[in-house]
Amino acid sequence: MSVFMPEVASTQAAQTDGIYFALLALSAIIILLVTALILVFSIRYRRGSKAERGAMPRVMSREFEVGWTSATLFLALFIFWWVSSTQLSALVAPKDALQIHVVAKQWMWKTQHANGAREINELHVPIDTPVRLVMTSEDAIHSFFVPAFRMKKDVLPGRYTETWFQPTKLGVFHLFCAEYCGSEHSRMVGRIVVLQKDAYSRWLAAQPQGDGLAKEGEAVFRARGCSGCHAEASKVHAPNLNGLYGRPVQLADGRTVTADESYLRDSMLMPRRDIAAGYEPIMPTYAGILTEGEIISLTAYIRSLSGKEGSRK
Amino acid sequence: MSAPTKVLRAPWKELARQREGATFGIWVFLASELLFFGSLLLLYTAYRVANPEVFIAAGRETDLWYGTVNTAALMTSSLTMAVAAQAAEADMRRLTIWCLGATVLLGLMFLVFKGFEYAEDIEKNLVPGVNFALQEPAAQIFFALYWIMTAIHAIHLTVGLGLVGRLAIFGALRRIQLRDNPEVEVTALYWHLVDVIWIILYPLIYLMGRS
Amino acid sequence: MTDVAVGGELPIPRDPSYLGAGYTVSSWLATTDHKRIALLYAVTITFFFFLGGIAISLVRLDLFTPTGDLLSDDTYNKLFTFHGVVMVWFFMVPSIPATFGNFLLPLMIGARDVAFPRLNLFSWYLILIGGFCTLYALIAGGVDTGWTFYTPFSTMFSNTHVIAAALGVFIAGFSSIATGVNFIATTHMLRAPGMTWFRLPLFVWAIYATSLVMVLATPVLAITLVLVIVERWLHLPIFNPEFGGDPLLFQHLFWFYSHPAVYIMVLPAMGVVSEVITCFARRRVFGYDFMVYAMVGIAVIGFLVWGHHMFVSGQSAYASIVFSFLSFVVAVPSAIKVFNWTATLYRGQIGFEAPMLYALGFLGLFTIGGLTGLFLASIPIDVHVTDTYFVVAHFHYIMVGGTVSAYFAGLHYWWPKITGRLYPDPWARFAAILMFFGFNFTFFPQFIAGYLGMPRRYHVYPPEFQVYNVLSSAGAFVLAAAYLLPPLYLGWSLIWGTRAGRNPWNATGLEWKTSSPPPRENFAAPPHVEEGPYQYHPEGFAPERHYRSQGDAA
Repeated sequence: MSVFMPEVASTQAAQTDGIYFALLALSAIIILLVTALILVFSIRYRRGSKAERGAMPRVMSREFEVGWTSATLFLALFIFWWVSSTQLSALVAPKDALQIHVVAKQWMWKTQHANGAREINELHVPIDTPVRLVMTSEDAIHSFFVPAFRMKKDVLPGRYTETWFQPTKLGVFHLFCAEYCGSEHSRMVGRIVVLQKDAYSRWLAAQPQGDGLAKEGEAVFRARGCSGCHAEASKVHAPNLNGLYGRPVQLADGRTVTADESYLRDSMLMPRRDIAAGYEPIMPTYAGILTEGEIISLTAYIRSLSGKEGSRK
Repeated sequence: MSAPTKVLRAPWKELARQREGATFGIWVFLASELLFFGSLLLLYTAYRVANPEVFIAAGRETDLWYGTVNTAALMTSSLTMAVAAQAAEADMRRLTIWCLGATVLLGLMFLVFKGFEYAEDIEKNLVPGVNFALQEPAAQIFFALYWIMTAIHAIHLTVGLGLVGRLAIFGALRRIQLRDNPEVEVTALYWHLVDVIWIILYPLIYLMGRS
Repeated sequence: MTDVAVGGELPIPRDPSYLGAGYTVSSWLATTDHKRIALLYAVTITFFFFLGGIAISLVRLDLFTPTGDLLSDDTYNKLFTFHGVVMVWFFMVPSIPATFGNFLLPLMIGARDVAFPRLNLFSWYLILIGGFCTLYALIAGGVDTGWTFYTPFSTMFSNTHVIAAALGVFIAGFSSIATGVNFIATTHMLRAPGMTWFRLPLFVWAIYATSLVMVLATPVLAITLVLVIVERWLHLPIFNPEFGGDPLLFQHLFWFYSHPAVYIMVLPAMGVVSEVITCFARRRVFGYDFMVYAMVGIAVIGFLVWGHHMFVSGQSAYASIVFSFLSFVVAVPSAIKVFNWTATLYRGQIGFEAPMLYALGFLGLFTIGGLTGLFLASIPIDVHVTDTYFVVAHFHYIMVGGTVSAYFAGLHYWWPKITGRLYPDPWARFAAILMFFGFNFTFFPQFIAGYLGMPRRYHVYPPEFQVYNVLSSAGAFVLAAAYLLPPLYLGWSLIWGTRAGRNPWNATGLEWKTSSPPPRENFAAPPHVEEGPYQYHPEGFAPERHYRSQGDAA
């Protein structure tokens, strides 16, 4: 790590640093200009010096002021456009991104891979692969911050927040909590370990895990009685979960939303909120009944139902 | 009886200018009150948009009778306050004091009915907490906002009662002069604000789900 | 009494100065004289400044080492919270408006007092009560939420005295609102004959713009704190996700106030700088109209950018883009002001007394702080540096490098007017230069540590950040020493300083037309204004008689 800059370890890091250097250069020019003018004027026009005084030169008129105001505004807007033009497209993770669930709690990070492998205060990821983080908190607001990736996203209780990154360098990088969350906020740190793709696969396979998140979720689905209404054979008119994940859902109030993690979570915990069109609001709430881990595994299970056409028993 | 306290005070040199200044000042203060209540209303709106059915269902649990009677009382008190202000201008001292008194009585009536309403709400378990009457979690947010908005309004109303009552009592005792007194206009404008806020709160609290 | 045209001199008042109009405690505690109220405020905010400074000195001491050997985690968290709460609401927000604004606004417009003198005194009592409440929170064990009180930590998880601290700030907020109402009414209604809006000194415009922001933004903070208190104390769910509450709504409400609040803290400083630079460059300000529009523009646009504190909060990306755009726009009026101050120096007759050194320091430090704002307005960079020391450095460059420098500029500039005494300028210049170097030493390394990834509010940190922390902490002690000097020599001047004449700086402005210190009623005869501000020299060469040194009594 250089003295002034963290390592460049992700695709975003290179972009962010590019913008940073450009702004540094611009700022340096402006500061040097302002400082030079102040110094030169202070010396040349110090009290009692022989320099010419008198009225301001004619060129410094009202038009000049309007001119430099417009130029400054234009520069500001140009910089805004330049730094933002990549933002909206970088918003959504690539479709094939590796999915990692993160649960933050005072004062530790719990990460979970799609196959169920769990880590505490660590996250192993493969290099040159997009990784999508779906995160929630069990208590206060935390923030997942990896300086080497130039990446940060707050982690909130009661909802999911998402971000993604693509590592470009092997190694071990700092993970910090970046939203003050109580006594041990500064000790809520961890490591991101970036491995070669095959090393990652070997590592993943070697982790003790259950049957994978989706299979865990299937077990929860039956144990909590979800299948009582949502299974195909059920007599209750409840939305079919096959192929639901990622599809648009028509709601009773006319809106259309996408069935993503947040929608599924809200449907389990606050079923009255976004009622699907054509269905009665009879689903009971599972708030207080399902743990965060169970919600994550149920979501993974429902997601797995989109890969399979045809019915599931 | 001692002479009434002088109305003109430093740094003002003319009473007319002082009155203009006081009126201007209270309008600026009312702007700040609009933002005070406005942010509460914005919060309410955000939650209403996120939980439409729950808010409507929760809104049916408020007591429409108390709410409507209180609205009528408060609006009438605004009328009596406006008359009092005009009467003070016209140097009709007795009318002024009667109207100020009526305003106080109507305001007290509002508070008394509010007290009964609160007692009833508590009995019906509409206080967010362990024994809350309604199932939906977001209904507790509706009622949290109900208690907070009506309580803050009631505090503002009580301050208003103090201001109006002071004018009524000291005016009756001739301790202060009511004619040309900037305090009358200031008090009137404050009282009207209390009324306007209630007029905005009333449909949000009582008319939800009752169309 | 006849009005006297201000082209010439006003008669010297024969009445005793406002300081001599009563020596009892109650003549101070029950005063309605805006000048005495200004001094009451000055004592109060100075007290809180030193309290907040002690708190952060302990923090910086602990940060010399990465392992946090000096303090426990909880004590550290309470100390940085206390520093923030006290510095923002009990020093920065009241500082220039309630001391110099109170003292000078009526003088500068030719009035006898503010519009509502009793309300003015009540404002001071409000900040005193709020201060006591917050001090109670400290003595009872402290509060550890950070000055930003984010939910649900503050409402559901902190085990400290959140309610007392929030209540203290709530009460202080009403002090702000009352002062704002008073100043707005004063400016509209009590200007002397001939003092039209565009003849007002820029300091008056700055105080006016600040007052607009105080009146409109502070009520939102008040409600936000009430909601936190009620949720914490009575468990009424507002931001609690278990009931469908949204912690982000807290952030929106909080920053809707707290962003305009930073303009409350910087606009008055800009006003002071305009007064000082014109006087010590002996020139009219360049581009008066644009300076006015810039301040009003900052006040208005400042209400529209709050979401730039929330780029990583989970706020929608589209909202973030809008806030980023507006944050770039709000930089423009500030930039114009820096250009205009610099242009004011051109062809001036520049003196380097202490007030001018502070004002020039402001120019450089505010420019640096403002430019780093562009970095923060850029979403990709902000994603990396938000909640790190980069942000801490940014706002300290503006608040301390900017506003505190301007506060000291004003303190030294108007000291003779307020106290009737001259302070020893060599000491003052030394303190100004020491402060400038100590400041940069403290805060520049924080930019670097921040981009490297050191998060803020961290008690312990990885050892690779230590070198920057050591530099910063060392600088902080230099800065602290610089802050200790002014109380010493200014205090000395109260007893042994040369008596000042009415206008030791040969400045324009109505406040310099009356005696130093002014009498209770400010002017012996009400002024009548015939020309604009800063008539330092007309077009053409500045004649000799304008170059008085500070020793000459007018």
